[in-house]
Amino acid sequence: MDKTIHSVAKAVERIPDEAVVMIGGFGGAGAPIELIHALINHGPKDLTVINNNAGNGRIGIAAMIDAGMVRKMICSFPRSSDPRAFNEKYLAGEIVLELVPQGTLAERIRAGGAGIPAFYTPTAYGTELANGKIIAEFDGKSYVQERWLKADFALIKAEVGDTHGNLTYNKTARNFSPLMCAAAATTIVQVSQVVAVGGIDPEHVITPGLFVDQIVTIPNPQQEELLIRAEASYS
Amino acid sequence: MTGIKLSNAQIAWRAAQDIADGAYVNLGIGFPEMVAQYQPPGRQAVFHTENGILDFGPSPEKGEEDWDLINAGKRAVTLNPGASFFHHADSFAMVRGGHLDVAILGAYQIAQNGDLANWRVGEKGVPAVGGAMDLVHGAKRVAVITDHVTKKGAPKLVEHCSFPLTGLGCVTRVYTSLAVIDIIDGRFVLLEKLPDLSLADLQSITDATLHTPNPVADLIVPNL
Repeated sequence: MDKTIHSVAKAVERIPDEAVVMIGGFGGAGAPIELIHALINHGPKDLTVINNNAGNGRIGIAAMIDAGMVRKMICSFPRSSDPRAFNEKYLAGEIVLELVPQGTLAERIRAGGAGIPAFYTPTAYGTELANGKIIAEFDGKSYVQERWLKADFALIKAEVGDTHGNLTYNKTARNFSPLMCAAAATTIVQVSQVVAVGGIDPEHVITPGLFVDQIVTIPNPQQEELLIRAEASYS
Repeated sequence: MTGIKLSNAQIAWRAAQDIADGAYVNLGIGFPEMVAQYQPPGRQAVFHTENGILDFGPSPEKGEEDWDLINAGKRAVTLNPGASFFHHADSFAMVRGGHLDVAILGAYQIAQNGDLANWRVGEKGVPAVGGAMDLVHGAKRVAVITDHVTKKGAPKLVEHCSFPLTGLGCVTRVYTSLAVIDIIDGRFVLLEKLPDLSLADLQSITDATLHTPNPVADLIVPNL
C-alpha cells in the first residue's frame, strides 16, 4: 500500500463543481495553503467549504472566495484580521453562510466521521442558532438536535505521514483535521515529510491511515499567518 | 455617581482572586484574557483554549512567535510544563462535558436570571459566534467581566436581554467596573461595591433590582 502522490495538482484534480470540501486549519495553524491554491488552479465552482473561519487576507480560503469558487461557507467565526473577501461576497448576497457554534461544528464533523446522523447538545439552546431545530429534554434539561456533517473531500495539512497515511500534526495545527479526515469520502493530506511504514511510533499516530486516501509531500509549507502579516500573495 | 470606576486590569484582578490553585479555566478572547496576568501568588490555574491546548502560557517575545502555536484569539502563545494538545472534539468535550472549573467571558448584556448576550448586537454585518455558545454550558462556574454600563451609559445588567442571546440562565457571577454580583434564583445579589458608591447610585445604573440579603462588602482592588 502506498498512498503518496507526486503533485498537489494531481491530488485535487478530481474535485468537481458543487463538491463539499472540508478544509483543516484554525486561523493560520493547519491551513493547507498549497492544496488550496492547487484547487484554485484546478478551478471547480459552487463549492461548499467547511472550516472554522471564512478566510483571511487574500490567500487560502479567502483566495477561493475571491475566485468565486465558493457558494456556501459553513463555519463558526467568519471574522479575521482581514475579512474582506468573505464580507464583500456575503454583504452582496453572493455567498451563503451557515453559522455553527464552534463546538457544535467540531461535533457535527466528528459525528459525520463516526456514523452518527444526529446528536443532542446544550449549545445554542434558547438562541437564534437553534431556530427550527428539534429540541428534546433529557433529565430535566433542554437540548438541541444537530445533524452530522460529511464531505466529499477534505484538504488537510499534517506534519509527518507514512505511506499508509498515518499522521502526526504540529501543535495547534491539529485542530479540526483529525475529525475532517474521518468525515470526508476522500481525504487528501499535505505533509512536511513522508516516512516509510513503521517510521511513526504507533503510540504517536494521531490520525490512523484508514482515514487518509492521498498524501502529497510539501517539504516547507507556507504558513498562512506569515503570508498575511507580510501582505504577500501566494506564488 | 462619583465617576470613579475600576480599570479593565482591576476588574480582571478581582476576577482572578476567585480562581483556585489548580483550577481548569477558559478565558474568552480579548479582555477576559487579562485575568491570567493576575493570579494570586502561590496559585496556578491551568488555562484551556478551544483550539486545542491545556496549560498554555503568555505570548512569546516579538519575533519568537510560532504560528502553529496559537490560542483561540489567534494570538501566538507559549507552553507551560505539563501542557497537552488535542483536537477540537476533545476540546469541546472538556467544555460541554463539565470538566472546566471556570469560564470567564465578556458581555453586552446580562439578565438577572443569568441569560447572557455577548455575540452580536443586531442584524447588521457578518455574524460570528465562535465558541461562546459552547463555553456557557458545562463550566462549573460561568463568570462575566464587564464595564457596569455601556460606553453610552446604558445598563448592561438588565431584567431581560434585548440583544440576541448566547445562552439561557448560564451566568453565575458578574465582576463589573463598580461591583461584584452573584446570580442566585433569578435575582442579582450584590456582594461587593466600590466603597464610595452608594447603593442608590449603583441601583440607578442597573436595570434590575439589586438584592442585598447580606451586608455588602467593599470592593477593594490595588492600583493597576
